[in-house]
Amino acid sequence: MEIVLEGIKKAFFLLFSLDEEIVGITLFSIKISGIATIISVFIGIIIGFFLALFHFPGRQILVALLNTGMGAPPVVVGLVICLFFWRNGPFGFLGMLYTPYAMIIAQALIATPIVAGISLAAIQNIPEKLKKQIMALGVTKIQLAFFLLREAKLSILAASMAGFGGVISEVGASMMVGGNIKGYTRVLTTAIVLETNKGNFEVALALGFILFLLTFAINQALTAIQQRESKNRW
Amino acid sequence: MLVIFRFVLFSSLIFLCSCLLAAERKVVLLATTTSIQDSGLLDKLVLLFEERSGYLLKAVVVGSGQALALGRKGEVDVLISHSPEEEKSFVDSGYGRRRPFAYNYYLLVGPKEDPCSIYKAKNAEQALKRIAEGKCPFFSRGDNSGTHLVEKKLWKKIGIDPVKEKWYQETGQGMAATLKIALEKKGYTLCDSATYCRVRGFSGFESSHIVDRRLRNIYSVIEVNPQKFKWVNEKGANEFSKFLFSDEVGALLWKLGKEKCSFPFFIPYERWK
Repeated sequence: MEIVLEGIKKAFFLLFSLDEEIVGITLFSIKISGIATIISVFIGIIIGFFLALFHFPGRQILVALLNTGMGAPPVVVGLVICLFFWRNGPFGFLGMLYTPYAMIIAQALIATPIVAGISLAAIQNIPEKLKKQIMALGVTKIQLAFFLLREAKLSILAASMAGFGGVISEVGASMMVGGNIKGYTRVLTTAIVLETNKGNFEVALALGFILFLLTFAINQALTAIQQRESKNRW
Repeated sequence: MLVIFRFVLFSSLIFLCSCLLAAERKVVLLATTTSIQDSGLLDKLVLLFEERSGYLLKAVVVGSGQALALGRKGEVDVLISHSPEEEKSFVDSGYGRRRPFAYNYYLLVGPKEDPCSIYKAKNAEQALKRIAEGKCPFFSRGDNSGTHLVEKKLWKKIGIDPVKEKWYQETGQGMAATLKIALEKKGYTLCDSATYCRVRGFSGFESSHIVDRRLRNIYSVIEVNPQKFKWVNEKGANEFSKFLFSDEVGALLWKLGKEKCSFPFFIPYERWK
């Protein structure tokens, strides 16, 4: 158990001494996962809305696929992306493997089904009567979409937090498409794996603690917004 | 609505352009093994090489097996590995050219108490025989790494197949993790001298070891054959390979690890020849 205490002590030390490398890795992690989440929220909400409002043959299969995608193993997503961006692959000439861009793409692909799936459920959860009332006022589909978006704000925020949480903590895809290159594609999770493999368990725990603090801080901010909205409604 | 659409289009175009630009810089892709990274050597090499040559050296750390597999597909320009037999077949198949640049020793490591009395053994084979006879816990990498292959060859030499035995356990993990597990469980393992020296200090366990000087752990640099894969950065790979034999790197190798051990983590190969 002392190892856990050592880890926490080390985490505080690393944080307050503003160790250059740790700060760099932390900011980089936020950047990559942040951009990926923003992309996934944008695309995810559109997909969620589309599937909620438009009914067409084969829709149910698509929804099932989407829900499956929520649980897709990130490392498999990483492997598939590698297949495309390896030099031997169709997009190899772009030289995108082992770059931050590849990591953003991978994380966006992982987060999008999560955001889309939760958004879909959120919109379907809005009472049918409300939808009918609004449509009776003669709105266009786009206006209806914006209205529903406002109604489902709380769930959409939850979806975003789920998406962000999913990618800030994932390690398989980031390792495969990023390569964990020092100063270039190393994020908190891949750094933790590295330190664990080296046998530096205290440093690994410290990084894990920093990751937890980071995720908590961001979610705290989003939750505050979410719960404030919730107060206004009741 | 139109504003949002235009914004999205614009930003995706920017994203795409920067993706393409990322491919323009002079990049050398290196695949190397965990021991090079964990010892701290890799970070120093990357810093020095990038300073000297102006290339962006992207080092991906995988096992020896995977490094060679990546080389066989031309996914990397140059590799450092330490699995001489596999490397030789790699070269024989025409995938690249190889040059050993450093080495250290494989040690049989275990608890200070030495339940199977191996530290007085004449050589590695005798030590392993004693472990098998005494059924002392032995921990193997079990991951087809260079270390694991050397270990397997030794068991084969003495005619023992330990894989199904209860005292033989495969961790499937890196060297440092395997060593820590072995020491914690008071068992033996085959370990390279660099990792042993690095880890034994903070492992918290009293340990000892025996070295059989015939068991050399040889690190080689391999340039992937540009004729097989036209996209390989031949110049960059060659420059990195030459760099490893420079005086600067030689001095670096002699120094690394000296504070902790009686000999460096990686002894320049030329010294042996």
